Amino acid sequence: MVEINALFQGFAVVLSPFNMLLMTIGIVLGVIIGVLPGLGGANGVAILLPLTFAMPPTSAIIMLSCIYWGALFGGAITSILFNIPGEPWSVATTFDGYPMAQQGRAGEALTAAFTSSFVGAFVAVVMITFLAPLVAKFALQFGPPEFFAVYLLTFCSFIGMGKGSPWKTLAAMMLGFALAAVGMDTVTGQLRLIFGFTELMRGFDFLIAVIGLFGIGEILLSMEEGLSFTGKTAKINPKVVFETWASLPKYWATSVRSSLIGIWMGITPGGATPASFMSYGVAKRMSRDGEKFGTGQIEGVIAPETAAHAAGTSALLPMLALGIPGSPTAAVLLGGLLIWGLQPGPLLFVEQKDFVWGLIASMYLGNIFGLVIVLTCVPLFAAILRIPFSIIAPVILVICAIGAYTVHGAMLDIWFMMLFGVIGYLFKKLNYPLAPMVLALVLGDRAEDSFRQSMLIAQGDMRIFFSNGLVGGITGLALVLLFWPLLSRVIARLRGTSARAAPQTPD
Amino acid sequence: MTETPLPDPDERVGVSLRLMDITVALLLLIVGAVVVYDSYRLGAKWASDGPESGYFPFRVGLLICIASLVTLVQAVRARNLSYVMFVSLARLKLVLTVLIPALVYVFCVQYIGLYLASAVYIAVFMAWLGKYSWLKSIVVGVLVNVSFFFMFEVWFKVPLWKGSFDPLHFLGY
Repeated sequence: MVEINALFQGFAVVLSPFNMLLMTIGIVLGVIIGVLPGLGGANGVAILLPLTFAMPPTSAIIMLSCIYWGALFGGAITSILFNIPGEPWSVATTFDGYPMAQQGRAGEALTAAFTSSFVGAFVAVVMITFLAPLVAKFALQFGPPEFFAVYLLTFCSFIGMGKGSPWKTLAAMMLGFALAAVGMDTVTGQLRLIFGFTELMRGFDFLIAVIGLFGIGEILLSMEEGLSFTGKTAKINPKVVFETWASLPKYWATSVRSSLIGIWMGITPGGATPASFMSYGVAKRMSRDGEKFGTGQIEGVIAPETAAHAAGTSALLPMLALGIPGSPTAAVLLGGLLIWGLQPGPLLFVEQKDFVWGLIASMYLGNIFGLVIVLTCVPLFAAILRIPFSIIAPVILVICAIGAYTVHGAMLDIWFMMLFGVIGYLFKKLNYPLAPMVLALVLGDRAEDSFRQSMLIAQGDMRIFFSNGLVGGITGLALVLLFWPLLSRVIARLRGTSARAAPQTPD
Repeated sequence: MTETPLPDPDERVGVSLRLMDITVALLLLIVGAVVVYDSYRLGAKWASDGPESGYFPFRVGLLICIASLVTLVQAVRARNLSYVMFVSLARLKLVLTVLIPALVYVFCVQYIGLYLASAVYIAVFMAWLGKYSWLKSIVVGVLVNVSFFFMFEVWFKVPLWKGSFDPLHFLGY
């Protein structure tokens, strides 16, 4: 019950008027960011990060994480009302959400979406409350080889679990590592990969990359689609909310299943987007009305929203407990920790109790605040989307440029942002995943350090990564995940031959 | 091709997915080679005091080369992708109408600073692409940037780039 005590101390931190104000600002900004095309959780937080440099770290992380919750809520509004997913993780919400809005059940769909988001997040936060301290305590025994093994596990699971070509994932990821290596080598002090350009000495900041890849890239993509917003109007009144709430307990099984899928996908770096699709697929298969999915089933809204929010929230667990983010947005928050002068990793739970428990407590409150704010202000947020794209697009671009400049106060960074924007556009269209690239850029230096330290300990002997049960187990799991596409094909073939021998059974 | 003609002929011509796949894989291959070259120059081996600076990036560069080579071979062999459009000419034009002004904008930022360049950029974008009246566009452009000015310079005390000519010098910030 140490956790409960610590949690209540966290609540005491959060419940100061200043922090409550920041939470509200964060949620409102987050929903706006989630609604606008071109601004999402990751780059929205990245742009606002420089404004928090002067704040106490606890207040800063509370505001920034609330922006993230807000963005998760906001994505649902555009999917349901406009059939335009504001965020990639709400694509699956459009399948049933938009048909419901077309049938005049927008209020019902929105209430269901927000409530299930809340449920998903809540389950995930409870999980974080009890699991994160344990993981952190366990990870305190980790040395460099163990840490490198965990990094390896993170990156291998991107390759093995990714949907697209594993080679493209590998290329994008390694590009991230290469970009992270640019600049001064922290160990020897040598300058790497700068080819005489002294401006490159600082290296590439991942915040610039995030703003460019997700912000500018997204604007270019939405321009190509020639966006025209024609949406349904949202009417939410207390009657609809309570009626929908009364109908929700029926779908408890879907909620539980989706929360678990979300939590699993969030901790392993699958992320919110695949979690929402997977959860939608599973719900469709398990539901009695499975064949009616896509025509406006409320379950088809509950499943992806619960999973997306659960995944988005639990992505913070590895970030807090191990210093390894599970999603690009968590990566940006991790970057924030470094800027505020905190050392991410398991020691955070020992040395920065106020910070960690303040953040966890703010997750509980932030989601309650968020639910209330979105339920009451939906028409307002939907009105933002009715501002024409020819006003929104240049303003977003300007905001991105300002955000890129403020990170280091360097003009050159604005050029890099544009470069990353073009890369983001090309990579998105060619199915190179952006998340592993961003994570590699963030973790590059630390992964390299732990690799070099392990090599130093072992005098260059790779067997150190199998030297004891713990590190060997993690490395082994990483390799299994890395070769999972091959393994699953082999397993399928073995099963296929045995199934052909035996009479075929429908699955 | 005897397809039903599309309304816009520009929708039918464009860059194929295969061509773009090959181009990007080649670019990545070059990047990988550059990384390998520079890491090798720095020393990618084992020195008396442990791994040299290029030790880790050298391996990273090699992996970029391998991954992009495989992608390249896959793209070259996937002839069926020649008929899949990466982007049609009409859509490419739309993208360029955003990208080129944006690049011009960043170029202007370099000299006249974020506030002025942003105001001009928003106004021109609205008037030119959004077909708004000039008056409306200029009002929006100026208002947005005046509010940014107050937010950054006055409230948060985060100075933004004023440009190498610094035309807003007279404001005293």
